[in-house]
Amino acid sequence: MPGPKKRGMQTVIFDNPAILASWASVVGPKEGEGPWGNDFDIIMPDYLLGEETWEKAENKMLKQTVELALNKAGLQNNEAELLLAGDLLNQLVASNFAAAELSIPFLGLYGACSTMVQALLTGSMLIDGGFFERVVTAACSHHYSAERQFRFPTEQGVQKPPSSQWTATAAGAVVLESSGTGPRITSATIGRVVDMGQSDVNDMGSAMAPAAADTIKMHLQDLNLLPDYYDLVVTGDLGKVGMAILGQLFGKEGVVPPPNHSDCGVLLFDEKQEIGSGGSGCGCCASMFCGPLLKKMIKAEIKKLLLVGTGALMSPTTNFQGSTIPAIAHAVAIEY
Amino acid sequence: MEIPNAENLKQAEIDEYDSLVQQLKPKPPLLKHCFWAFVVGGLICVLAQIILDFLQAGGMGQTDASSVTSVIMIFLGALLTGIGVYDKLGKTAGAGSIVPITGFSNVIVASAMEFKREGYIFGVGAHIFSIAGPTLVFGFAVSTLIGLIKLLFM
Repeated sequence: MPGPKKRGMQTVIFDNPAILASWASVVGPKEGEGPWGNDFDIIMPDYLLGEETWEKAENKMLKQTVELALNKAGLQNNEAELLLAGDLLNQLVASNFAAAELSIPFLGLYGACSTMVQALLTGSMLIDGGFFERVVTAACSHHYSAERQFRFPTEQGVQKPPSSQWTATAAGAVVLESSGTGPRITSATIGRVVDMGQSDVNDMGSAMAPAAADTIKMHLQDLNLLPDYYDLVVTGDLGKVGMAILGQLFGKEGVVPPPNHSDCGVLLFDEKQEIGSGGSGCGCCASMFCGPLLKKMIKAEIKKLLLVGTGALMSPTTNFQGSTIPAIAHAVAIEY
Repeated sequence: MEIPNAENLKQAEIDEYDSLVQQLKPKPPLLKHCFWAFVVGGLICVLAQIILDFLQAGGMGQTDASSVTSVIMIFLGALLTGIGVYDKLGKTAGAGSIVPITGFSNVIVASAMEFKREGYIFGVGAHIFSIAGPTLVFGFAVSTLIGLIKLLFM
């Protein structure tokens, strides 16, 4: 028998919705030059932040973002009861090292680029379940640490196909509270891992689009909502290629596509910035949500938002061994 | 006729999806890529030829001049990698900057720079040939094979 807060196959609704008490976003120089530069809290002057390695810079960026989100609500680190965070690096090093310095009880999450939404939905459930009053959720990615782990050394001269995406150097953090005022998380849909046989490491959009279509479809179906219920349905990092495919998939399955669909990967950069199909990485969705999108919610330009984090669960090891790229998408509905 | 089962259906679904992806995936601008590969690759070769001619005019023998030219080109590739120019060149030139010996130098130096942070032994030492390794392995294998053929038949 399904639990009292479960709806349909994959969706949960909240009796005591978690409130987004405060949030912060930090982005790299290239992201700062993009169309939303003014909407982020901090634009990093360079990619190393005075550290010696990309990995240390990434953990510093995450720590700064979490501290900034807490400071904005007038809170000290020790007033947060739980940190839910993740990144793209092996062993979640950026999050683990940031959590060590922040000294907040910590659960590390991995959902590839869907991590921010995974953190938001987990945090909302823990708050609605009555376990915590204040949970910090965060995710980050760093272009150069991701490049060296997933692709090539950063100084190597590589030509990328137009379907490839640019891993964003960015981080976002949200402080969730059990009471107060602010945008609230009303429902969440946990995605299934979908593998449609794609194996091109230079085309994550095609690997992720079926997962995004599945989760959005299930969300609307589970809650009996029409596609135009939301003012904006925004996916994490499908890029231009993935977004085009998503549109086709809805048409093919006879599902009405959400009329206001956009994608953080398409939004984050300007086309002139040579980013191929668009931005990607945990930080892409996290920073767009914690910067421009929440700003629009506060100004009441968006009242109902469905944030769909998309993650390509790719590993260079299994890819070389001939495996395909499974993908996942999670959704949270935010209303204000 | 084949009776459809779950596996066949899944495969059909995957094939159908793949044809959709191939339709929508943007094609690389082949002509533009070829043009820049030709221009940049050609210029690298012209530069090497100038160095070679210059050395030979200075009285160096053919064999020595070739070796010295290679060494100079490898140095230039390494230098341009070190000062952060070669990766930008590679973005536009593609194979034009990968195929010449300067490209070989680029992948080795880029790997060394990337892994220097893990120290000289387990970082640089262990990873310096992580990209260039296959070229070396199969280069050695083929040259050994050709050597054997020469030994046996000539």
